[in-house]
Amino acid sequence: MTVPRQGRAGWPLWEVFVRARRGLSHTHVGSLHAPDAELALRNARDLYTRRQEGVSIWVVPAQAITASSPDEKDAFFEPAADKVYRHPTFYPVPDGAAHL
Amino acid sequence: MYGHDFPVPDDGPAGGLLDQVEAAEAALRAAAGRGRPGPEDGSTADTDPQDYFAALIDADQKIEPRDWMPEAYRKTLIRQIAQHAHSEIIGMQPEGNWISRAPSLKRKAILLAKVQDEAGHGLYLYAAAETLGVTRDELVEMLLSGRQKYSSIFNYPTLTWADVGAIGWLVDGAAIVNQVPLCRCSYGPYARAMIRVCKEESFHQRQGYEILYVLASGTPEQRTMAQDAVDRWWYPSLAMFGPPDGDSTHSQQSMAWKIKRFSNDELRQRFVDMCVQQAEVLGLRLPDPDLRWNESRQAYDYTQPDYAELMRVIAGDGPCNRQRITHRRRADADGAWVREAAAAYAAKRTAERTSDRATVLA
Ligand SMILES: [Fe+2]
Ligand SMILES: [Fe+2]
Repeated sequence: MTVPRQGRAGWPLWEVFVRARRGLSHTHVGSLHAPDAELALRNARDLYTRRQEGVSIWVVPAQAITASSPDEKDAFFEPAADKVYRHPTFYPVPDGAAHL
Repeated sequence: MYGHDFPVPDDGPAGGLLDQVEAAEAALRAAAGRGRPGPEDGSTADTDPQDYFAALIDADQKIEPRDWMPEAYRKTLIRQIAQHAHSEIIGMQPEGNWISRAPSLKRKAILLAKVQDEAGHGLYLYAAAETLGVTRDELVEMLLSGRQKYSSIFNYPTLTWADVGAIGWLVDGAAIVNQVPLCRCSYGPYARAMIRVCKEESFHQRQGYEILYVLASGTPEQRTMAQDAVDRWWYPSLAMFGPPDGDSTHSQQSMAWKIKRFSNDELRQRFVDMCVQQAEVLGLRLPDPDLRWNESRQAYDYTQPDYAELMRVIAGDGPCNRQRITHRRRADADGAWVREAAAAYAAKRTAERTSDRATVLA
């Protein structure tokens, strides 16, 4: 059986997320190429946690990520802009009311 | 951990630099906290992308991958980040030359870790470049075909063990002076990669400095070897900052875009001023008879490196240019079967999983 010559191109891009310590959420740290999830995890360990920067790693195929918009500034987030009443600071607290 | 421990001179050379990296990281967080420029209500739909880009740069905010950006900004960044990545990759070779001959197990373990870091730096940077829409294959091809350059410093040979010390102290030292301002670069992925890189570089610089410190306080032969290494690496290190400001082609636009924050000559001066005191602590001489403190400039006067030599080495005519690229091409070709085997295995596993699922459904 002949193996198709894929070279580097056969290795998809993976996005890497690392939980630095217990109690923190996973944070995006960068990306890498690997043939499969297992090797992506090993490569991520060698590349992004050489100095104990993490206690847990997620790798996600970059193609599986759906982004909110083609750029970071479109109208997608505008519905939140005029709803200041979602923030506690919107409400005046009457004098004398404690623990609010 | 491996045998004897050497004393490290107090107040190592990288202390101030690490603080600067931390300051850059804090500035990045602060800028993010200030939010994006624009009207109070957050509406941005009607802003012209060009104005918006300029406003972000103006407000010291980061440009992120999917933002609109001028084509020239994208091209400049791809070129700069790629050449930076190639330098890290080729930069493994001069020191890699000494891994098998390091004088002790401790030194070997340290050098391995250092060279592995450089591979990591190359990969962080390739990943940052890929966010700009270029593929890893294209980048690797451009290095192997010589269409993109790497730092000329790595075309000099490592003749003795002391060269490993001189590289750590001077070459990594010069790289740090160059790279710390890049932690504040306007392009987010590059700035974040540089923060990571700079934190690791300070170990590189200190281990090199310590190698020289041990040699300089050793036997007369060791001392001579250390001095010889400094003599050979000093001017090539000064040349790492690039041509003098008058001849530097890309500088001004890069400054306006906040990719670059200081000129080549400013950074070179900063490096010289740091090294003088560090050389004194080592008890080694910097090979420049005209090096002296200038009271009115509050800086050291020094002899410029030979820029004609720099141009020759960049053009391909340095002592090791051919060797470095031949080695890189061979490593790439030798690794091809591993990449192919791993890809074939992954394809087989995917096919097996698919047929398992088909069986379950049947
Ligand atoms: Fe590096
Ligand atoms: Fe380094």
